[in-house]
Amino acid sequence: MDIFVQQLINGLVLGSIYALVALGYTMVYGILELINFAHGEVTMIGAMVALAAIGLIMGAAPELPGLVIVLGGVLVAIPACMLLGFSIERLAYRPLRRAPRLAPLITAIGISIVLQNVAMLVWGRQYIAFPPLLPQGRHEILGAHITDLQIFIVLLSVAIMLGLWFTVRKTRLGRAMRATAQSREVAELMGVNVNTVISATFLIGSALAAIAGVMVSAYYGLAHYYMGFMLGLKAFSAAVLGGIGNIAGAMLGGFLLGVVEALGAGYIGDLTGGFLGSHYQDVFAFFVLILVLVFRPSGLLGERVAARA
Amino acid sequence: MIMGFFRKHPQIAFVLLAALLLALPFLVGAGLGKSWVRVLDFVLLYVILALGLNIVVGYAGLLDLGFVAFYALGAYVYAWLASPHFGLHLPFWAVLPLGAALAGVFGVLLGTPTLRLRGDYLAIVTLGFGEIIRIFMNNLNAPVNITNGPQGINLIDPVAFGGFAFAGTHTLLGLKVSAAHLYYYLFLAFTLATIFVAMRLQDSRIGRAWAAIREDEVAAAAMGINTRNVKLLAFAMGATFGGLAGGLFASFQGFISPESFNLLESIMILCMIVLGGMGHIPGVILGAVLLTVLPEALRHIGDIQRAWLGQVVVDPADLRMLLFGAALVLMMLYRPEGLIPSRQRKREFHAEDSVAEQEQASLYDARG
Repeated sequence: MDIFVQQLINGLVLGSIYALVALGYTMVYGILELINFAHGEVTMIGAMVALAAIGLIMGAAPELPGLVIVLGGVLVAIPACMLLGFSIERLAYRPLRRAPRLAPLITAIGISIVLQNVAMLVWGRQYIAFPPLLPQGRHEILGAHITDLQIFIVLLSVAIMLGLWFTVRKTRLGRAMRATAQSREVAELMGVNVNTVISATFLIGSALAAIAGVMVSAYYGLAHYYMGFMLGLKAFSAAVLGGIGNIAGAMLGGFLLGVVEALGAGYIGDLTGGFLGSHYQDVFAFFVLILVLVFRPSGLLGERVAARA
Repeated sequence: MIMGFFRKHPQIAFVLLAALLLALPFLVGAGLGKSWVRVLDFVLLYVILALGLNIVVGYAGLLDLGFVAFYALGAYVYAWLASPHFGLHLPFWAVLPLGAALAGVFGVLLGTPTLRLRGDYLAIVTLGFGEIIRIFMNNLNAPVNITNGPQGINLIDPVAFGGFAFAGTHTLLGLKVSAAHLYYYLFLAFTLATIFVAMRLQDSRIGRAWAAIREDEVAAAAMGINTRNVKLLAFAMGATFGGLAGGLFASFQGFISPESFNLLESIMILCMIVLGGMGHIPGVILGAVLLTVLPEALRHIGDIQRAWLGQVVVDPADLRMLLFGAALVLMMLYRPEGLIPSRQRKREFHAEDSVAEQEQASLYDARG
């Protein structure tokens, strides 16, 4: 029982991070119908930049409280990622908006590889440790442990998601985004500046990615130039699970995937009689993705049927 | 002028080309050193791989990012059935087709759920599949040792005809022939067969169906093409060539480990196709040759750095992937049809331009 509760907690924490990244995929897909492969890498860059900034701040003002230093790192990472996401769209995706489908997809993969390798050249191949700046308190509920950091990650993610929900539903920009997602041409006829909307989408998605990147590196205590790849793949699976293009779906899918993965990793050893162990954790997201594609391609909350062809 | 001569006398061109291909390993070995004969073998291996992936990406327009998984399957099947790992030593002519067939079956298994959907799902699922296969290869060493984990499988049997094994150095017709030379001729035979199959497929009924699906799936379905089966066929065929190349790789290298089958490899093969010209056989071959030889040549950048700057500032091996990524982006932005494109492909990628040109032209006609 306590294993179950523990894995449920771990899953919800991971899931909230997946959800933040998945939002970036789903918003871009909703508007451009493009899988932004580079999004996972933007998350990684967010973590790396934040860590570099944290290192600098720690060197300059070590007497500051840990939380403030981390906040400083996040505040550097967010604009850096926003600039990155904006430039990627501007330089790599926009010129190809009318090209055959394969072209922007291949470009996105190329960008993702370039970012990964630039990060490797700048920050090296080794794992970078996240300094222990955040509160380390542990609490006990139902026989399981939950740390301050875990509570903080979940609460912050939920707050950000509520903010995003409000932006998309209640503001002028949000309305323009929804209109563009429904039909770019008609939105344009109605006076929506589609290019501005697309740029705004990339800016918001990248800001979320930056925060998620810091969260994931703080949670695992590590950052690595390759960390964005699996994270991106899982977040995309979460977006598909919830119904790609659907913002609430990405949130739901993220949480669900996190829980499935944590429970799966916790129980796979028992289920297969010890044949497969928890190092197969990364496989679950992928099986979830396949199952969703087979049985419900539109995802859990997807109104729009994932179009054929 | 020379081209004109060859076009007039194709037999002479053919004989010269054949002679060149046959003499190539000796010329290269004498001119550049023995290690380059191995590079030559890898060139041929990558030509097979690239032509296999080209069926999927180039002909049918399906983006497969996990191609290396099929390569890995072929290699592991070969290693399982012809090495001391399980104590099996089946001959290569039995093992190679098995590996290729298994890869094809996996292609169908993977393709079935995804091919009904939009192409980009396929891209991400294949990407995941490639990683998953690698995770399994890495971890299936306990409790039952199937893949020997990250250490990989060693002492894989070389290809052998009867008692004549492709190992060590033989003296044939007064020439000293190393294993690398022998594998060159074996790979050359497989490469030529692959080129032949790829050419025939392109001009076949199936090949035309692939092109139709690539250009407009709805229209293709309306013309009576069973789009799902035809796409599945492309996927399976590509995977089969991947499996075949994997078996050849395992026998040639004598050692395989999951490290050889990472995402880098998939991306590199994709890069070959994109760079050379998607769907165009000469282009794909050129891409494979360029991207196999260039990294070898790039190794010297390290030496140049040491000579000029006194130290290696940037390891050329680290630059390789960066350049591949940048090449993908730049090619898509500036020359999406590749270095030597087929005429049809060029039209597809510049469809808008040509329509605009035609409209322009008719405008001028009307003005008269």
